Amino acid sequence: MIGTAGVSYDDVVSWLKTFAATIAENKAYLTELDSAIGDADHGINMDRGFQAVLGKLDGAAPGDIGALFKTVGMTLVSTVGGAGGPLYGTLFLQLGVATAGKDEITPEDWAAALTAAVSGVQARGKAEAGDKTMVDALMPGRDAFAEALADGADLPAALRRSADAAEGGMTATIPLVARKGRASYLGERSAGHQDPGATSSYLLLRTVADTWVGDERPSEEAPHG
Amino acid sequence: MKKLINDVDSALSESLDGFAAAHADIVSLGEQRQFVRRRQLKPGKVALISGGGSGHEPLHAGFVGHGMLDAACPGQVFTSPTPDQMLAAAQSVDGGAGVLFIVKNYSGDMMNFEMAAELCRAEGSDVESVVVDDDVAVQDSLYTAGRRGVGATVLMEKIAGAAAEERRPLKEVADICREVNANARSMGMALTSCTVPAAGTPTFELGDDEIEMGVGIHGEPGRERMKMKQASEIVDMMATAIVDDLPFNKGDQVLAFVNGMGGTPLIELYVVFNELNKLLTGRGITISRNLIGSYITSLEMAGCSITLLKLSEDFTKLWDAPVNTAGLRWGV
Repeated sequence: MIGTAGVSYDDVVSWLKTFAATIAENKAYLTELDSAIGDADHGINMDRGFQAVLGKLDGAAPGDIGALFKTVGMTLVSTVGGAGGPLYGTLFLQLGVATAGKDEITPEDWAAALTAAVSGVQARGKAEAGDKTMVDALMPGRDAFAEALADGADLPAALRRSADAAEGGMTATIPLVARKGRASYLGERSAGHQDPGATSSYLLLRTVADTWVGDERPSEEAPHG
Repeated sequence: MKKLINDVDSALSESLDGFAAAHADIVSLGEQRQFVRRRQLKPGKVALISGGGSGHEPLHAGFVGHGMLDAACPGQVFTSPTPDQMLAAAQSVDGGAGVLFIVKNYSGDMMNFEMAAELCRAEGSDVESVVVDDDVAVQDSLYTAGRRGVGATVLMEKIAGAAAEERRPLKEVADICREVNANARSMGMALTSCTVPAAGTPTFELGDDEIEMGVGIHGEPGRERMKMKQASEIVDMMATAIVDDLPFNKGDQVLAFVNGMGGTPLIELYVVFNELNKLLTGRGITISRNLIGSYITSLEMAGCSITLLKLSEDFTKLWDAPVNTAGLRWGV
């Protein structure tokens, strides 16, 4: 649960475990989406990577969230393969750079970390908005989170808006014609299919919102001392 | 799905163990099967490393050995290998004359080899990367990932491999690769789909009377799905697209590579070569070297690809040079 100050190391671990479980549950679904416009391995590769991440979580020294994210990123780079490995690896490595040395992350830290992560993914994959890639879920998710904070939303509410925007970005990939990745070889035939990378990126932001739900009890009922 | 495997998860490692045992005179396996490398290295020779998803055998491990690659990094089926594999391979085979990565133009391979080159340079290695993108089925444009690397990969690995054996320097070997890529064009077609073991179902659906013209080596769709036709018509469509693209002209000497996708017998590949020979002869193009067989495959997919390479004197000499690998062997 989120304390008043921010997201703890344990909250991050519990998110990573939830995301790994969600990827495992959606392994067949992500692979099916990928077989329509790619090469039918996205769910399989992501699951292999996050199962390896689970194996690293227990051994990691608690405390440094940035170091934890870097371990996750390096694990993904060396186990996922395909395009997903460098892209998700870079995403987590950049989350790690942005949160280096922190044992707790504030909403502002998360906004900065998301910005760094999305920029890293774009630099690695050279994708722009509308290319029918994971960027199409990540960018709206990043922007909605920052806007929610500017509107004065608390962390759980901002994370929900971020996940909702990512979901909108994910479904908006359906009519798009792919311009990056293997789906781009299909040209017009890639339209009509939801992008598998945008789908896993949506799940990433949704599991953040589902895990970092915070202490939603009214503050006057919160136990004191 | 019917496949000769014991277990989906162990199929790749068991296959690599079998490969290494069968060709123990030529290759050895790196730790944790991260790469396949030559048993005997040559000091002072540029190290050629390639890699990519598995399922295209004999590419790439089958081309490790004298006259071709020094190491190959196998990824999961149709999935790029990872940067740590490429770094380990480079450290294992770098003989002091630098390392050349031969990369097929797929998003995953490009990004993983890019990260690997960054890691190698950080360790002080001299690294160059060359990209193969010879597939005319894909329009090269800003709005796609660009042309795919297919049949020219085999020709590049042979020709560059021979140049490296002559102790030509890294820059020159890399330039030869780029020159091969610039003078080679390919196109493939599928009669059937293929099934990735871990997925368990065919990658795409194709009716009994349909073919996929311009298919990629991972079962990616190509230009057009069409009704089945006679071999002569199919070869005409493929060869015309290839010849017009470079273009190949009257008087050119070419290497013609008729490649099986994995599930097509040689009897059909020779029918294809016969049609190709007639067509090129009619255009005044001479096939002075050829390669016919399944060398860059797509699991059990039936179909073929055609690659033409415009030959220079140097290319011809390097093509003819001795080679001793599991997949190609002559002159030794």
